[in-house]
Amino acid sequence: MREEVLFTLDTPYRQPLAVKGWFFGTPGRKTLAVMGALRGNEIQQMYLCSQLIQHLCALEQAGGLSQDCGILVIPCANQFSMNVGRRFWAADNTDINRMFPGYDAGETTQRIAARIFAALQGYTYGVHVTSLYLPGSCLPHLRIMKTGYQTPETARAFGLPYIALREPHPYDTTTLNYNWQIWNTETFSLYTPATERIDAPAALQGVEAVLRFLQSRELCRCGVGPGEPSRIFAEETLCNVKPTAGGLLVHQVSLGSQVWRSQPLAEVLDPCSGAVRQTLRAPVDGRVFFVHEACLINGYDVALRILPDKAGESQAQQEQQEQQA
Amino acid sequence: MIQEVVRVPLAVGEDLVIQKRRIGSGGPRLCVVTGTHGDELEGQYVAWRLNRLLQDNLSHLHGTVDIYPALNPLGISTMTRGMPLCDLDMNRTFPGGRDGAMSELIAARLTEDITGADLCIDIHASNIFLREIPQVRINVNTADKLVPLTKYLNMNLLWIHAAATVLESTLAHSLNAAGTPTLVVEMGIGIRITRAFGEQLLTGILSLMAHLGMWDAPVAPIAPPIVSSDGAVSFVNANFPGMFFPAVEHGVRVEQGQKLGVIADPLTGGIRETLHSPAAGLLFTLREYPVVYEGSLIARVLGGSV
Repeated sequence: MREEVLFTLDTPYRQPLAVKGWFFGTPGRKTLAVMGALRGNEIQQMYLCSQLIQHLCALEQAGGLSQDCGILVIPCANQFSMNVGRRFWAADNTDINRMFPGYDAGETTQRIAARIFAALQGYTYGVHVTSLYLPGSCLPHLRIMKTGYQTPETARAFGLPYIALREPHPYDTTTLNYNWQIWNTETFSLYTPATERIDAPAALQGVEAVLRFLQSRELCRCGVGPGEPSRIFAEETLCNVKPTAGGLLVHQVSLGSQVWRSQPLAEVLDPCSGAVRQTLRAPVDGRVFFVHEACLINGYDVALRILPDKAGESQAQQEQQEQQA
Repeated sequence: MIQEVVRVPLAVGEDLVIQKRRIGSGGPRLCVVTGTHGDELEGQYVAWRLNRLLQDNLSHLHGTVDIYPALNPLGISTMTRGMPLCDLDMNRTFPGGRDGAMSELIAARLTEDITGADLCIDIHASNIFLREIPQVRINVNTADKLVPLTKYLNMNLLWIHAAATVLESTLAHSLNAAGTPTLVVEMGIGIRITRAFGEQLLTGILSLMAHLGMWDAPVAPIAPPIVSSDGAVSFVNANFPGMFFPAVEHGVRVEQGQKLGVIADPLTGGIRETLHSPAAGLLFTLREYPVVYEGSLIARVLGGSV
């Protein structure tokens, strides 16, 4: 293991931002790079990377890494924001993950993105441990952008239960995932249920997924199990459940629950009187893939997302639900 | 007539309501929109002045003017640039979608409401960091259609910028793609109002309305903008952190090599960097907020090869 400062960025009145990388395996080999927290609230993402570093240290000491393997892990690139409790770059509220591939002569977060991207260049595989833009929790999964270079079948080797394929929106074209793929790295975004809190079992699941992937390619010997068969689905398959009323959101099912069509999922209560304003019901048979975590919810915010049991069912059901609303 | 464009219930005893003022009737229809970024207030003055001027001179108006002063009411009311609840830049959510989250639904309804107008003017005010001279910005892909309109708008500069995929999420791009010609105005600075710029744009809007056959009262003389492409714009970025103290006024002509300011270190009394103009030309952007980091934009100069 080799710990190295990849780059620094001076700041007025604070310590320089020093972005560190942990290297494992054979120097010069660029097999896998893992990027952790780019946002100041991505505590779980940083934690997952820290645990991956612990496992890789032990593996390397035990001679469990192949000579063909070279790994880089960057747990955090934004302590500047993390230490003051801000999600985006604390000086100007820009999102580093909307600045890729970066520009080394540009604005501050463009320069940070450019330096991160330079450090991540040339790796065969890339994993970005990241968080959702929507406030809430989702089931552990990999997300792959459909850039034309995507390789979803490769992702099965992580042994995670779900692989979501995303049709990129214009704003996705400045994310790390999109650009890393375009620059010839097979890239996977890894999501776990937590962001601002530590979910240790979920982090361990993510760590094991990365190790399993390496093992499947005979790049390490770690004895991790085969994982789960992955269901690959298009992200638009997910069925949004949205209230038309705002209020207190009280869930009646939890993340990962199997639900049946018309089953009550949550209630929206009048926040002062407690009267039920709306009961949210499952539009399809499926599994709760995402839940809005905040206690308050506005009208038309996404309260839950259901992954239908049957592919193709979601769109028709969603249209029906909207007509009823 | 005040009209409701979007109403979304918030969680506790309040609705988020986006309104517009409709003045006049029939075609052509002009939409003046502002307040997408909650920290940009320059458009508030223009909306107010235009409103009063039109209602006091209705006999000269031939068509419909829709004024949308606050596309992001929660942002304006809390001095927040983005949408406060989700920390999203609203101008990266267009054209939105009815199936998406609340922000996308709002974007979709706004887009629907404006689409079909004969012209839309989308007023912005830089941000809290930079001061801008009055300018119009358009995407090179829409130049053929929009450049002829910009000469009526009485702005100092027309910046024809390169297309970028990420900008396809802006209101202006979405409207232009839907066939509604949309001009983006940038002027002044965030959380402030520069009345002189507002009056200048107001004259431009009336001039444009006269061109469209919507206004028949006399309009003060206007000046066409300097036209520039990306290649003619030079950028000055900080290479060191510290406090930026300018040595020039905003909006003046500068010479190549002229000192623009210093980045100072108040702890030591030292100067970390002296910044010079890379080209001779118009200093159309100048940093206002003194705290800078490596990469912070200090100035833009219109000069070099066009």
